[in-house]
Amino acid sequence: MSFDVTKVRKDFPIFERTIRDGKKLVYLDSGATSQKPLSVIEAESNFYKFTNAAVHRGAHQLAEEATDSYEGARLKVANFLGAKEEEIVFTKNATESLNLVAYAMGNAQPGSRFALTSKDQIVVTEMEHHANLIPWQQLAARTGAELKWFEVTPEGRLDLSAINSIITENTKVVALTHQSNVLGTINPLEAITARAHEVGAVVVLDACQSVPHMPIDVKKLNVDFLAFSGHKALGPTGVGVLWSSVFEELPPFLFGGSMIETVTMTSATWAPAPRKFEAGVPNMAQAVGLGAALDYLTEIGMQSIFDHEVELTGYLMNGLLQIPELSIVGPQNTDARGGSVSFTVGHIHPHDLGQYLDSQGVAVRTGHHCAWPLTRKLGVPATTRASLYLYNDESDCDALFAAITGAQKYFA
Amino acid sequence: MELDSLYQEVILDHYKHPLNKGLSENYGAQVHHVNPSCGDEITLNVTAIDGKISAITWDGVGCSISQASVSIASDLLVNKSFAEADAILNEFTELMQSKGTKEGNPDVLEDAVALAGVSKFPARIKCALLGWMAFKDAAVRINTTTGGE
Repeated sequence: MSFDVTKVRKDFPIFERTIRDGKKLVYLDSGATSQKPLSVIEAESNFYKFTNAAVHRGAHQLAEEATDSYEGARLKVANFLGAKEEEIVFTKNATESLNLVAYAMGNAQPGSRFALTSKDQIVVTEMEHHANLIPWQQLAARTGAELKWFEVTPEGRLDLSAINSIITENTKVVALTHQSNVLGTINPLEAITARAHEVGAVVVLDACQSVPHMPIDVKKLNVDFLAFSGHKALGPTGVGVLWSSVFEELPPFLFGGSMIETVTMTSATWAPAPRKFEAGVPNMAQAVGLGAALDYLTEIGMQSIFDHEVELTGYLMNGLLQIPELSIVGPQNTDARGGSVSFTVGHIHPHDLGQYLDSQGVAVRTGHHCAWPLTRKLGVPATTRASLYLYNDESDCDALFAAITGAQKYFA
Repeated sequence: MELDSLYQEVILDHYKHPLNKGLSENYGAQVHHVNPSCGDEITLNVTAIDGKISAITWDGVGCSISQASVSIASDLLVNKSFAEADAILNEFTELMQSKGTKEGNPDVLEDAVALAGVSKFPARIKCALLGWMAFKDAAVRINTTTGGE
């Protein structure tokens, strides 16, 4: 680890508060949303204090400064991903980013590479978050296309053994997660992107759990779309990102102000990307806050953050596995695996376990984690998930271990 | 500790030894309810004879609160008329929404007063209500198909 976690924690005001009668906050729910450093909170608040105006319109100084801040945030996102500015679209969250792709494909003219008919296929995986499953289910329902998927092995990896019969000449889109929000599995992309592009399909990557935690260069990923949420990457809620290198070919999803080139009473033409996909006044202060978040992450270094999390995940898994009756769901080692660790503890229901952990100041997520088909496949009604970030250290893991042991006594 | 107000002994007893768990073969109405935020699921059978609830059986998976609550409801509401059951259900719902300000009337709610502590934990109210809402739904269905009491 090349940064000081104690020092990092001081940048996050929330760690100054206590939980449940004076207990230290042990925040192990960054997979749901991350905490925010002061620099992000101030960037968002300063936008409102000093530069607030509607971007891309208005003939005054504030409008100019607001536009500069907003477009400056776009440049920061582009640099963070190794992308170009015009390849970055701001949305309200990753769910909207993924819906944008699905709806825009549904708007594609017949004959376009994006248009789907009943002869076409959409491919997803069994480990998708609902946000990267249901939009595709619905697109399939609207177009008559067939929905197919990669299954998950008992080890929590994608089963790619039938890749050539799952991704076929009729596949138009392959949508998958980069890192499972439940299992922590980091999916290998090479074989999938190669096969998808071989048959002319586009690849949509849900990168919500990867962009905040590891270095990402979109040019190396070989995908066509990538979505992530600002709030999981230290940024504010209300801002998400959709990156694509093929925006020019894709029709718009939401229509209205800002996204047009010309308008008559009966028709309209579209501004070039990214504006084509940003109808209406966007979440400006939130985008600016996200820019500050990416500055913060860059300053520490994404490789350092990834290394820290892998090391801490190893410590977490080791400690968890010492606890009797505890089983980790998903990969049992840190190979190609991020810091989301889901587990079950004997017969204690995750909701009851989560409640007890909360009484000890330990914040975790319980339930199906918006991946209901996956939990069904794993044969568990629900799991408890601890997810790590740069501000966690071994003392957080130790607090979790002690609290789980306490819960076992409490519910014995 | 605050947690003990949630996990009363009575609740943990019902959780470990649930009443009326296991679905009856015959029923007047069968409903399936889920708590989409956590994945808890319950199937509940209600049987009525001459406007009186003669049996409530159920099966499901869920946390101690949801399982204990349905166990308590299945015991408490049986041998009541639908009007009586409705009154009890309303009193229980009020207790759940009381944010810890009510203790519940043990003459009406019996074991269900042990769930009073749930009202201090907003995220768990849905757990406690799962079985009761399933019952409410089943009662409506029975009364629509049989014409009621």
